[in-house]
Amino acid sequence: MNTSLLSVEQLTKEYKNGKHAIRGVSFSLEQGECLGLVGESGCGKSTLARCLLRLEPVTGGTITFKGKPIQQLNEKQLNPYRRDMQIVFQNPAAALNPRLRIRDSLLDPYNQYGRHMQHNYFSCSSRSAFVDELLEAVELPSSLAGRYPHELSGGQKQRVTIARAISIEPAMIVLDEPTASLDVLSQGAILTLLEQLQRQLNLAYLFISHDLAAVSRMSSRLLVMREGQFVDEFARQEMFAEDRHEYTKELISIY
Amino acid sequence: MLRLLKETQTSLARKLQLGAAVIFAALLLLVYLYTAFVLRHDPTLTDLGIRLQGPSLNHPLGTDHLGRDVLTRLMLGGQQTIGYSLLALAAALLIGTAAGMVAGYRGGWLDRVFMRIADGFLAFPDMIVVIVLSGLLGPGLHSMIIAIVMVKWVSYARVVRTTVITESKQDYMLAARTNGLSPARMLTRHLLPHIAGQVLVLASLDLGKVILLISSLSYIGLGVQPPTPEWGAMLNDSRPYFQLAPELMLFPGLAIVLVVLCFTVLGDAIRDLYDVKKEVRG
Repeated sequence: MNTSLLSVEQLTKEYKNGKHAIRGVSFSLEQGECLGLVGESGCGKSTLARCLLRLEPVTGGTITFKGKPIQQLNEKQLNPYRRDMQIVFQNPAAALNPRLRIRDSLLDPYNQYGRHMQHNYFSCSSRSAFVDELLEAVELPSSLAGRYPHELSGGQKQRVTIARAISIEPAMIVLDEPTASLDVLSQGAILTLLEQLQRQLNLAYLFISHDLAAVSRMSSRLLVMREGQFVDEFARQEMFAEDRHEYTKELISIY
Repeated sequence: MLRLLKETQTSLARKLQLGAAVIFAALLLLVYLYTAFVLRHDPTLTDLGIRLQGPSLNHPLGTDHLGRDVLTRLMLGGQQTIGYSLLALAAALLIGTAAGMVAGYRGGWLDRVFMRIADGFLAFPDMIVVIVLSGLLGPGLHSMIIAIVMVKWVSYARVVRTTVITESKQDYMLAARTNGLSPARMLTRHLLPHIAGQVLVLASLDLGKVILLISSLSYIGLGVQPPTPEWGAMLNDSRPYFQLAPELMLFPGLAIVLVVLCFTVLGDAIRDLYDVKKEVRG
């Protein structure tokens, strides 16, 4: 029996125009592991992320999450699994509703799943205390709770989206280029924060990026994607091995 | 410095405009309440012995061609015109918002059907469609309101649909899906705040147009029927006496202009209120 948190077998995504975004990819992700996924822009990384979370329909293959195939489930059947699968998007400005205050954005997942939470990490004594706890966890002052997203910097916004993702203590977070739209200093701070949270909450990450340096810092295993398929897979310490795929060597030479 | 002064002046001018509009709206409300509870004269009682009289203590705005008190009819007419405009607008807004949200969110055949209906209504000017519909349904209040709702819901639905389609593709909507929000909850919590501002602004700007539409329909005899007082109907009634007593047309005309202006200024203020990016950091 497959005991991985997430197991993907021959996943395919084909658009109506016949173009293949993903061509039969397979991989698994264990609880508490960070799996890196690198590749150039347009190779299908983000599409894969959205397919895994069932934000886009898949056209073939299986996605097994916590032992249950989820690729055919409808939204209602999928609901219990959504609690354990969260996502952090590349552009934090688009990931937060500009019309909602930070407090309200942070409470969105809690309002939906709060009753089913284990409360292993957050005490949730009251809603305002919970928001303060979340902001503290991502090293933001509680005074930001009443602000709108446009009043925050890019790094602060990304911290808020991370806080929202961890608020319901999920098992897995897909990090879809979480540092791509940030300056170098904010990138480092966000990566450090993500590492801390992973240790504290025993989170599994699928870390997607075109930045090999960031991915190799975070991940124990790396997958290299090109034109919708994996061309290489290796442990971090094997990154500079001689038998790496030519495309991987090309990516390494750039960084 | 000059720029700052200019901006301050603009801001002050806008504040003055808004203040005047709010005071006028409050005055309208007082008139509405006064008209609802206290009426010195019967607005429909004719007295040919005192027809076309000038202003006096007993009749501050004089009397019309049938000897009816113009002020009483003007106040009651305002109640009718503004009241029915608000009713028609509220109905159009509710129907349009609901239709636009469903069409935009569901997409597919439902959206295509909606778009074709909307195109059909938008192919002709509002006034023409309202006149045709009112004519088909027969002159009268109910027909007029139904005709206005049938014409006006389309513009709300289109604005709402476009907003829903645009916003549904944003990452925060995908995040809302991963957070397990139902489609109804996503529409009300995440999309309605985007829609509410736009729709309210559109409605407040439309209120003036609807008032003009209702007055116009009554003016050509398709709206409120005599002897019920209504500003458009009052204009029409007074037309033959324009040279003898021009104030009979002046008062309802002025009332329409002032009310339309007032609601336009208030509409602008509501638009500013819903623009969160203009909020000053607290």
